[in-house]
Amino acid sequence: MSNSLSQVAAITAMNVRNMRERLTSSIVALVGITGVVTVLIGVLSIGEGFRAVLDQSGAPDVAIVLRGGSNDEMSSGFGQDVTRIITDAKEIARDADGPIASSELYVVVDTPLKSTGTAANVPLRGVSHQAKKLRQQFQIIEGRDFTPGTFEVIAGQGAAKQFAGLTVGNKLRWGTTQWTVVGIFKDRGSVAESELWTDATILQGAYNRGSSYQSVRAKLTSPAALQPFKDSLTADPRLNVKVFSEKEFYEEQSRTLRALVNSIGIAIAALMGLGAVFAALNTMYSAVSARTREIATLRALGFGSMPVVTSVIVEALLLALAGGLVGMLISYFSFNGMRASTMNFAAFSQITFAFTVTPALLLQGLLYALILGLVGGLLPSLRAAKLPITTGLREL
Amino acid sequence: MKYLHLLWSNLGRKKLRTGLTLASIVVAFLLFGILQTMRAALTGGADLAGVDRLMTTHKVSLIQPLPESYLTRVRGLDGVRVATSQDWFGGVYQDDRNQLVAIAVDGPSFLDVYPELKLPPDQRAAWLGDQRGAIIGSLLAKRYGWKVGDTIPMRSSIYSNSDGSQSWPMIVSGIYESTNGDLSTLYFHHKYLDESRKFGRGEIGWIVLRIQNPDDAAKMAAKVDALFANSSTETKTATEKAFAQAFANQMGNIGALVTAVASAVFFTMLLVIANTMGQSVRERTNELAVMKTLGFSSTSVTALVIGESLLITLLGAAIGLIIASLASVSLGQALQNFFPALGMPSTTFAVGFGLALLLGVIASALPATQAWRLKIVEALRRT
Repeated sequence: MSNSLSQVAAITAMNVRNMRERLTSSIVALVGITGVVTVLIGVLSIGEGFRAVLDQSGAPDVAIVLRGGSNDEMSSGFGQDVTRIITDAKEIARDADGPIASSELYVVVDTPLKSTGTAANVPLRGVSHQAKKLRQQFQIIEGRDFTPGTFEVIAGQGAAKQFAGLTVGNKLRWGTTQWTVVGIFKDRGSVAESELWTDATILQGAYNRGSSYQSVRAKLTSPAALQPFKDSLTADPRLNVKVFSEKEFYEEQSRTLRALVNSIGIAIAALMGLGAVFAALNTMYSAVSARTREIATLRALGFGSMPVVTSVIVEALLLALAGGLVGMLISYFSFNGMRASTMNFAAFSQITFAFTVTPALLLQGLLYALILGLVGGLLPSLRAAKLPITTGLREL
Repeated sequence: MKYLHLLWSNLGRKKLRTGLTLASIVVAFLLFGILQTMRAALTGGADLAGVDRLMTTHKVSLIQPLPESYLTRVRGLDGVRVATSQDWFGGVYQDDRNQLVAIAVDGPSFLDVYPELKLPPDQRAAWLGDQRGAIIGSLLAKRYGWKVGDTIPMRSSIYSNSDGSQSWPMIVSGIYESTNGDLSTLYFHHKYLDESRKFGRGEIGWIVLRIQNPDDAAKMAAKVDALFANSSTETKTATEKAFAQAFANQMGNIGALVTAVASAVFFTMLLVIANTMGQSVRERTNELAVMKTLGFSSTSVTALVIGESLLITLLGAAIGLIIASLASVSLGQALQNFFPALGMPSTTFAVGFGLALLLGVIASALPATQAWRLKIVEALRRT
């Protein structure tokens, strides 16, 4: 056993040393695998970034109430009488300012994308005075909060980066009213950072919405209070509403987009992987065929076929490892943290997110590279082992 | 042409290597075809939109309604051939998650604005005569098995009926076919919606108009917007194409992403083929020298090398694109909920052919130069 191990080591070392002889084809295989790993990690990091936003957005003890039959805030709507009944529920936590609940209005305004200059649906949310307590780490990072009762908006930092004109002090005209951006806020990367916020009552006036709202967000006394809260509201004959926990709500909203991004990413990576396997196979086959005589000589000297097989596979795996590592580095440094925005059709509005390259994704990319290397090395190595010594020696 | 046999036998010399190279080219072009299909799907509306159609929406956002009177005023403008209104209905069938595109339209003018919608005359008459009638795209009809005469229990995620419920039963009056890729929409009468909805009466979602001269699009758009300037509801008018493009841009910069992936794949393929070609020319140095000795000119030897590379790339490209076009059909069926009109754009074959030529020439550039410069005496001595 130790003998065959030392044989493997000897042949592998020799292969690695004379890899220079096959430099071009080795580089080709390496570049191929690098490309596959980069694209795989890049595309999956979109899905990951998207998930991060929506995961962080959902707190288990915050409930969202919509009108029955609606799955999103855009199509929901009810009057002030309804929001009063909802916010009076005993499961809602209270503080000195009353129940920690916010009746909100959700509309979109056309704002140009910085990247293309074309209009995009940027969400504009009208909130009540308790809204900030419903977002755990809400913080103004530039300028100040809006003053209730005035045409002032604050912008999430994600929105401020993606859309034009959202800087403190800038005046924007939507419809007949002029709005002033007075501040930029952050909230640990949640969906709120893609939005613009203003006072709900002002927005009602500007949008001819009377005294109607589209959703109520409420902080419950505990996550366990969700079920009783749901039960009491749905049993109330005066109401026709649907209650979600914030977590459920965002999971529901992101389902389609995530499925789409992930399936596209995996399909592209699988096809590219197939191409890279062919490249690796080609490289390893020519590596083996270029050394036919050498391998035959080794075998004639008494090296077993096992060490020969292993050495070819190890060479392929080394190429794959190098390609995978380069791919990991490229994708990490070029994609991680890159900001982008896309249309979330569930809410008919833009959501901003950052490409997120997680360690798990990097590992996944490397693993994929190694699998490609293994497949690319296996068949050629078997051919090398099966080669009859006499034919091999005779070959030029 | 007489060299084709020679090219073919050269490729057959190392079957395995040729096979692998061919396979990687096939994969590259398959991916290219599918990426083109995806790109077309995501930006698709832009290509299918009519050139003489404009869309007028609320200036602030598409979701804001316009007063119904705007339609009449737009129709009165010089240069407007016909105008119609549309309303987003938020159609839901059975399950809340089962959403479908349902749009309330003004029947007669709608069919004039979209002449590419083909509807049998009897169904057309039936639809226009029935306030609860709806026409549906053939794909939609197939998906839910709806037939002419069926009553469908549509619901709206937005509008409540006068009785307070959100159910809006409709009768399928006709099933339309269309060349613009829109085969999954349900169109029903604005009147039906407007008479019974609890809020939003007397409002329309947006206006689509056809103008007499497509070259005047920019001028007409400005004219429409000027009509409502300084009113409480200002409008924004753009060509349907610009509108679809802006909407597609909202998905993110898909075009750039697709191009980046495709170029990465192509660069890799270029290396693979160049490498294979180089190898096979190196192995045949001797043989090429013999050919030159026999009287083949440098030009024809070089042409043989380039030809061999072209043959394999073109063959691979053709196979790859054919598979891609077949795959995009089944992909289209799988994704018809997301993308109504999925199919490989016909230009893909032309672009693919161009790319294959380019790939073949670039990949053979180095080996071809070697073949060209080959000195007979040196090459023969090298054995």
